[in-house]
Amino acid sequence: METSTSRRKLFNQLMKILGLLGLGLSLVILLTLIFDLIIRGGSRIDFNFLTSFPSRRPSEAGLLSAWVGTLFVMLITAVMTILVGVSAAIYLEEYAKPGPMSRLIELNILNLSAMPSILYGLLALGIFVHQFRLGASLLTAGLTLSLLVLPIVIVSSREALRALPPNLKEASFALGATRFQTLIYYQLPSSLSGIMTGVILALSRAIGETAPLITIGALTYIAFLPKSIMDPFTVLPIQLFNWLSRPQPAFHVNAAAAGVILLFLTLSLNLLAIYIRIRVRKSVKW
Amino acid sequence: MGTRQSRGWVEKIFETWFAACAYLSVAVTAGIVLTLVWESWPFFQQVGLVEFLFEKEWTPLFSDAKFGIQPLLLGTLMTTLIACAVAVPLGILIAATLSEFMSSRMRQVIKPVIELLAGIPSVIFGYFALIVVTPFLQKWIPSLPGFSLLAAGLTMSFMILPLIVSLSEDALQAVPSSLREASQALGGTVWETTWKVILPSASSGIISACILGVSRAIGETMVVAIAAGQQPHWTLDPTEPAATMTAFMVQVALGDLPHGSLGYQTVFVVGLTLLLMTLAFNFLALQFRSRIRKSF
Amino acid sequence: MVESSKLSVQNLQFFYKSQQVLKNIFLDVTEKKVTALMGPSGCGKTTLLRCVNLMHELIPEASAHGKILLQPQNVNLLSDDMDPLWVRQRVGMVFQKPNPFPKSLFENVAYGLRLRGLKNKSELSGRVEVALKQAGLWVEVSDRMTHSALSLSGGQQQRLCIARALAVEPEVLLLDEPTSALDPISTAHIEEQLSEIKKQVTVMMVTHNLHQAARCSDETVFMLAGEIIEKGKSQKLFTNPQDKRTESYITGRFG
Repeated sequence: METSTSRRKLFNQLMKILGLLGLGLSLVILLTLIFDLIIRGGSRIDFNFLTSFPSRRPSEAGLLSAWVGTLFVMLITAVMTILVGVSAAIYLEEYAKPGPMSRLIELNILNLSAMPSILYGLLALGIFVHQFRLGASLLTAGLTLSLLVLPIVIVSSREALRALPPNLKEASFALGATRFQTLIYYQLPSSLSGIMTGVILALSRAIGETAPLITIGALTYIAFLPKSIMDPFTVLPIQLFNWLSRPQPAFHVNAAAAGVILLFLTLSLNLLAIYIRIRVRKSVKW
Repeated sequence: MGTRQSRGWVEKIFETWFAACAYLSVAVTAGIVLTLVWESWPFFQQVGLVEFLFEKEWTPLFSDAKFGIQPLLLGTLMTTLIACAVAVPLGILIAATLSEFMSSRMRQVIKPVIELLAGIPSVIFGYFALIVVTPFLQKWIPSLPGFSLLAAGLTMSFMILPLIVSLSEDALQAVPSSLREASQALGGTVWETTWKVILPSASSGIISACILGVSRAIGETMVVAIAAGQQPHWTLDPTEPAATMTAFMVQVALGDLPHGSLGYQTVFVVGLTLLLMTLAFNFLALQFRSRIRKSF
Repeated sequence: MVESSKLSVQNLQFFYKSQQVLKNIFLDVTEKKVTALMGPSGCGKTTLLRCVNLMHELIPEASAHGKILLQPQNVNLLSDDMDPLWVRQRVGMVFQKPNPFPKSLFENVAYGLRLRGLKNKSELSGRVEVALKQAGLWVEVSDRMTHSALSLSGGQQQRLCIARALAVEPEVLLLDEPTSALDPISTAHIEEQLSEIKKQVTVMMVTHNLHQAARCSDETVFMLAGEIIEKGKSQKLFTNPQDKRTESYITGRFG
């Protein structure tokens, strides 16, 4: 009454092939979509496209206000996440005592990392835009996105701090340094690459965020460059969305071109983070 | 001279700053909850909870306005269901293949690829949904309109696939190898070992991964805003267009939102509904995550 | 009573990457007896054991050359067209650290039987009970077969693993330091069972505990740096070792 081993082995091979097929097919589909995007949009990208403002005529429309807006928003986001995210990580790793309060913080960070991004937009709309009267400005955008990506920076920074061997910290104390001095002179410089990886990953996430920025009122047709952080603005993904919403196929080509650039930026940031991680793993000799 | 006090106060300031930054996460959660409740409150005072839950039409800006959440809720659930029906089984299969059938060298190559794919912005998936997936589906279903829950849902499945694969694979890898050895020593094939021992052992982690996938699908905005449809529509037919909760919020936000206007309030009301659903799923996922530690 | 050879190891060489771990192994394992493999850490005893049920195939950088003949079938377990599943149905293994599945006691022991397609409930129950009795665990757990295997103590878990291996009625049972992770009482329990188990199954046991080898085995093989130094009836080997190195090991001059 034994199931023959050859049948069992056949089934094993079958499942293996099925799984590999699933993996292969998924990769192929995703790569095909990406290539399709590049083919449709790649040729549209030229100097004019990058230096023109949006226009009602698709052939004259360009990304200038969008990528400048993205640049400024990313700058503000980067500064805020470094200041706040790294500080939070330091507190959790170095100063917090295990107990209900630190568990509450960690629970919140976990929860926030799984919140739909549009809810951050609503928070910003209620508080930054109206309560603080910051309006739909670059500053609001930067604040909103930095809250969104804060969990990413906190987690990476904590990992980076945790990866340092404890005996070097002890050596620092033994030489008479205070906790704070040890932090400034040893821990932060040594975990810099881990922290940078976190910030870069956070930016790669923030750069593609559309919903929260639409919600705070980022406009979709901006034909000027912002001059201060309180000015209205637009960003790459919103420009893409705007062009995609138009019926004319020529605008869809523009959208594809914007998509290629956005994809390029996102992947470059991700690859940079991976590169740093690999470099660190190779060069670290404790 | 030489006392501890002399250097104290600068450090104290920094310590306070560090702590404040950490507690900010609590403040943000509280902020989201409070903002949504505060801005939704007037709405619920005007429109009762009963109409909100049981009315089948959502037409807040009409003269004879109806405020039933069902069409939006249904839109969200339909796209989520479609996305998960594809991504969950496919994701678990791929994760099992990666973890149990492939060498660790291959895994080291493929895992970063998966993480890169997971980083593609959702607005680009929105582009795919509208420009590639919808025409493709229209070849098989000629009556399919330019916007549909189906196209959005299928595209979303590929968006959450990397997440489910990555987390499930982690869960499978966490199962100790001694169990694999025991099963193989008893004559089990790799698949039999995976199906009878490894998957059951990793079930808590895998379920947690799937719940997070569901949560992500529910909160997804751009794909559905671009490709699923703009009009709230009570339908169980995936080939029809309909707005989801998130698509509605974006739609209204694109227009003018004078503070305190009805449009302004509806955005927060729908947002509150979304928040409650997300919190429920996140809580569930956490429950399963904590079960993992108990099984070995 | 004629003693026949169950396993015949001939000219076994084992390589891990470029290092030779086993050299020129020749060994006959007598049927229905307990053969102990002993030696200091790193001598290759576990590697040798794991060749018999082809567990070395799970490690890509490992390769085994030579013959391990299973009698009476007279097949070479190491030959390229040998099916590992076929081998493992006849050669069972118990590992150093108890590794029960996170399932019920019953499902653990029945695992191998279910793999072979056995579905009949009464037959399964019957064979599970026999296996647990052989492993000396039945009396303690007969009333909690549906409980999780992880609720057992370490020693009980290991006896469960022995029962699990015995349930499929193998011809050879390989034990890889089965009691090294256990307390003395559990160790004694298991050693007691060996005399019952060997009535049905040929046993090969790796141990780094000399006294255990002396107590429990009928024949002993002493290994050092990948080679067999001396082998023979345990009584004789321990009281009158032929090789100086064996003597040094036994008297504790090194270990």
